[in-house]
Amino acid sequence: MADVQVESVSRSFGAHKALDDVSIAFPDGGFYALLGPSGSGKTTLLRLIAGFDFPDSGRIIIGREGVERVPVEKRRIGMVFQNYALFPNMSVADNVAFGLSVRGESKASIAREVRQALDLVQLGKLGERRPHQLSGGQRQRVALARAIVTKPRVLLLDEPLSALDKALRVDMQVELKRIQREIGITTIFVTHDQEEALTMSDRIGILRDGRLVEEGPPEDIYNSPKSEFSATFLGDANILRGDATGDGIRLSDGTAIVASGGVANATGGKASCAVRPERIKIATATASPLAAEGNMLRGRVSKRIFAGNSSTYFVDRMGEVIKVHVQNSGATKIEEGNDVVLHWSPESTVLISAA
Amino acid sequence: MMSATRILEGLGRFYIGLLLAFLYLPIVIMGLMSFNASPFYQLPFEWTTKWYEDLSRNTQLLAATWNSLEIAVITTVISTLLGTAASLALFRYEFRGKKFLQALLFPPIAIPWLITGTAMLIFFFGIGIGRGLHAILLGHVALALPYVIVVVSARLQTFAPELEEAARSLGANQWQVTMRVTLPWIMPGVIAGALFAFAVSFDQFVVSYFLSTPGQATLPVEIYAAIRKGFTPEINAVSTIIIAVSMGLMLITARFFRFGGEK
Ligand SMILES: Nc1ncnc2c1ncn2[C@@H]1O[C@H](COP(=O)(O)OP(=O)(O)O)[C@@H](O)[C@H]1O
Ligand SMILES: [Mg+2]
Repeated sequence: MADVQVESVSRSFGAHKALDDVSIAFPDGGFYALLGPSGSGKTTLLRLIAGFDFPDSGRIIIGREGVERVPVEKRRIGMVFQNYALFPNMSVADNVAFGLSVRGESKASIAREVRQALDLVQLGKLGERRPHQLSGGQRQRVALARAIVTKPRVLLLDEPLSALDKALRVDMQVELKRIQREIGITTIFVTHDQEEALTMSDRIGILRDGRLVEEGPPEDIYNSPKSEFSATFLGDANILRGDATGDGIRLSDGTAIVASGGVANATGGKASCAVRPERIKIATATASPLAAEGNMLRGRVSKRIFAGNSSTYFVDRMGEVIKVHVQNSGATKIEEGNDVVLHWSPESTVLISAA
Repeated sequence: MMSATRILEGLGRFYIGLLLAFLYLPIVIMGLMSFNASPFYQLPFEWTTKWYEDLSRNTQLLAATWNSLEIAVITTVISTLLGTAASLALFRYEFRGKKFLQALLFPPIAIPWLITGTAMLIFFFGIGIGRGLHAILLGHVALALPYVIVVVSARLQTFAPELEEAARSLGANQWQVTMRVTLPWIMPGVIAGALFAFAVSFDQFVVSYFLSTPGQATLPVEIYAAIRKGFTPEINAVSTIIIAVSMGLMLITARFFRFGGEK
């Protein structure tokens, strides 16, 4: 295994900068998710790390070796493709054996390693099948077994689960994570699904228009995003905008919002605050006020969406909509059209410098 | 209703029967006549193998047959190798003038052989290649190449390029990728291309006629010359042998390679 360093990497296609000065350290043995909307450069970055493509500038280091000019077949990486890319003319076992046999390993050791790899992905009995005789989830497992049987230094996956339906995808997430832990391989996982990134990875890097906008453990990014973009892209967030006051912002109607997380800002400029919808408490305006939690806004419920274990209230405040998630704890629900008071603590408020 | 479909089905069968008869009857008659004693196709049929015995002594016709086979086999090998390699290059790489090059592949298929033959004759004379079996071979390779490229390229269109990438990511070099992943997939196309190349060469009359010299001719040219001197049933005999052999080859190929099927 090895860690991977990407240092100041840029790659352009014609005039279009697909990657612009990206630097990321992928820790040894870690599970790193590259998250970003479609077209943000995730695949481009993964292909540079794999060696299918080469950076215009910058360095890529696997372990201690600078590999930015090394072609893919010499990089000792494992790759899982979105559409599996299994060899249709070979059996499952031969697919898995491919990487070992091009290296000229002996038949006996190939057979043993293939069996181990297929057992690891729980496909021990299907070695003789052809890829077209497998289900989507099984093909995914074969692709994974094929990628890891050669003991690569790093495992690269490009939206590997996006072709699966929801239930299977969740199963495979768990499975993939188990296998990754078991072999302890450095893993770089591309996805545009924020939930997937949150649940699976040790670290997340968020890409936007070819730039790395934010990076860190999922909880850190979720709890204190550094930009409006990452606040809204990773999870749901309410964004309030106003004039910077030093420890928060003042909204256009004069209401002060106090934040204890995020960047310190100078007064005078513009700034935003991000608040997660589940951090906000909601009460009818007529009810006796709860213990004040610092920040408070008034509004009217314009819509309520019931989603089983929780409900989402859309609260209209001077033309802006604030989302509030409430767990269904059995408390009486608030009807649409009611005036409400929203409040939340400064600790739940993240100050973001003006976008 | 039932009877209507029956009638349609019957008509369909009748039509196919007619078609096959139209295609094969002349061949069957030729085959039969090669065993008929009368040199003028006269009936009643009288069994003989005389024409085959004559043929075995007709050194000119036999030599031409060997020439034809030799040229067709060499043409097939060369044009299949070159054509497959060219198709792979066109599939894998982007380069300037690629579209133009691909567009240039089609005209040689459409240009009448008479014109191609004349052009080759003039050109070969101009640069000193001249006429003879070597010139015929060169000409045939040039004629067959576009067919191979078109057929193999069509098959490559169904190939997923990620398969090559997957193979490379597993450590395979270019040669291993080609031999173990790409070629197995396009094999039906390569075989079809090879059959085309063989047929283009073995059937070739016009271009061969232009490029042959007396004594250095292929079978079709020799048959033509023989017919002009006066028809003999030996020609039926040699034709029958060739048809038997080539149909046998076709059947074997069709049996071992499922064309079009299995995606
Ligand atoms: N080979 C290429 N040629 C031209 N443009 C490309 C190529 N590969 C990617 N791009 C462009 O680079 C940008 C990033 O693409 P990509 O890395 O595939 O995004 P993502 O995987 O995040 O959806 C896109 O605008 C895409 O159109
Ligand atoms: Mg992508």
